[in-house]
Amino acid sequence: MGMTMTQKILAAHAGLPEVHAGDLIGAKLDIVLGNDVTTPVAIGVFEKAGFTEVFDNEKIVIALDHYTPCKDIKSAELCVTSRDFAKKHGIKHFYDVGTVGIEHALLPEQGIVGPGDCIIGADSHTCTYGALGAFSTGVGSTDMAAGMASGLNWFKVPPAIKVELTGKPGPCVSGKDVILHLIGEIGVDGALYKSLEFAGEGVAELSMDDRFTISNMAIEAGGKNGIFPVDDRTLEYIKDRFNREPAVYEADPDAEYERVVKIDLSTLEPTVSMPHLPSNTKTVGEASGLHIDQVVIGSCTNGRMSDMRIAASILKGKKIADGVRCIIIPATQQIYLDCMEEGLLKIFVEAGCAVSAPTCGPCLGGHMGVMAAGERAVATTNRNFVGRMGHTQSEVILASPAVAAASALAGCIADPREL
Amino acid sequence: MRGKVWKYGDHIDTDVIIPARYLNDPDPAALASHCMVDIDESFAKDVHAGDIMVGGWNFGCGSSREHAPIAIQASGVSCVIAASFARIFYRNSINIGFPILECPEASAAINAGDIVSVDTKTGVIIDETTGQSFQAKPFPEFIENIIEKGGLLKYLKEK
Repeated sequence: MGMTMTQKILAAHAGLPEVHAGDLIGAKLDIVLGNDVTTPVAIGVFEKAGFTEVFDNEKIVIALDHYTPCKDIKSAELCVTSRDFAKKHGIKHFYDVGTVGIEHALLPEQGIVGPGDCIIGADSHTCTYGALGAFSTGVGSTDMAAGMASGLNWFKVPPAIKVELTGKPGPCVSGKDVILHLIGEIGVDGALYKSLEFAGEGVAELSMDDRFTISNMAIEAGGKNGIFPVDDRTLEYIKDRFNREPAVYEADPDAEYERVVKIDLSTLEPTVSMPHLPSNTKTVGEASGLHIDQVVIGSCTNGRMSDMRIAASILKGKKIADGVRCIIIPATQQIYLDCMEEGLLKIFVEAGCAVSAPTCGPCLGGHMGVMAAGERAVATTNRNFVGRMGHTQSEVILASPAVAAASALAGCIADPREL
Repeated sequence: MRGKVWKYGDHIDTDVIIPARYLNDPDPAALASHCMVDIDESFAKDVHAGDIMVGGWNFGCGSSREHAPIAIQASGVSCVIAASFARIFYRNSINIGFPILECPEASAAINAGDIVSVDTKTGVIIDETTGQSFQAKPFPEFIENIIEKGGLLKYLKEK
């Protein structure tokens, strides 16, 4: 029986010739990641268990991105815990205010992660790096502590769902629309404990930023990971960034899939997810006209350069609607600089948007755009659970940057193709 | 384990188990004081040591915050029974040595307020109020060992 891409990477990191779905294995880790919320808990567990040394201070990444620049005294104290630990152990990849970006935009950009890696991160959206052909999954703080101590962790080898992409996406249809459509199809637990393996000729039609967005939200379908094959576009992306030798794995032709989901990209519409589950999808047309109070363009899902460019192309020379607050958050300092050099910051500010330093902030109702009861946002973020962006009676509608920008201008959900 | 049941529905996400606005203080007692507050204000106030939480499908979906099982555990709940668990919540519970049981039949049949007893070793769940009994899926031996040692780090340290 052949193996999927995920199974091959896990087998290689477990030192086994083959693994099968359901096997419990111990695997070597290439990168262990944490943020300002999860790392302090991991440090507590690590120290309480009596560990004094990390397995490799070049393979641990700590990015203070959630509540930074610190929103209150308690979050400042959490950052102190992480900062002291990073200093004590000489953590090479430690990112603080001024260098930090949203972790899942930052790690690929900095070349810290690459094809064939086995990565855990104490952040559920760690699945993002599947876009590079890595096995990458979100875990909790105790797993992070175990990873920091030993460079190993345990995994149950997942079965897979193959997502076969064909066709070419139409105008204003992006990676976000692909993944929202898929979650709408299979549900928020449709890929529970499973890997989502993207394949087919349609992959070549997707930019790296589209693929990051798609892999990022694999967790919103319950998935353990969401992985793309490595192609020329991947290799071009990692060139001059990733300084380890990429390990390129392909699924065996006879790999077993529990299910195959086919998506013809040319048939997709700009898609939104209505409150309060990412699987409550509608086409933008079905939701258009719904009043909004706030727009957020950013996050680990959609705060990358191509997201900034599409938002700017829609907002250029226009003003956002009266009564709407539009918050734009370039995901990393490099993206912020690129926005500045390309003149996008000017476009955003002149349109009436607030532009922030990189932070997860409003996505999880942390800061930088928390909502009151009765308010509704269109956000390019990843979750629209009850209370996710503030009050339990506020609402989040998930959408692409194109839909979010068009909605900011209209003051209601709007189709970017009709501007 | 024996206690009163707190019953919740499907897709109970970690944002409702412990809202992100309280993650700036990871002290277990502080987390427990806000547990479930966005969907059930009475829980944190009225929960008793030993009580049992019962959820539906995909319990604990969403973020990776280990603060979620820590909050439930610190509130005094002795175990969580659900039809299924989201995978990070499942790992986190095992890793902190907090017993969870997957049993769709029990999840569907047990009512809020029932008195339920649980044997986590055998996976036998008895609803003493209705007299029904259920068999949860047993853990693989490897996972059972982690829970028995009191969590992943203690397990690692002993190895």
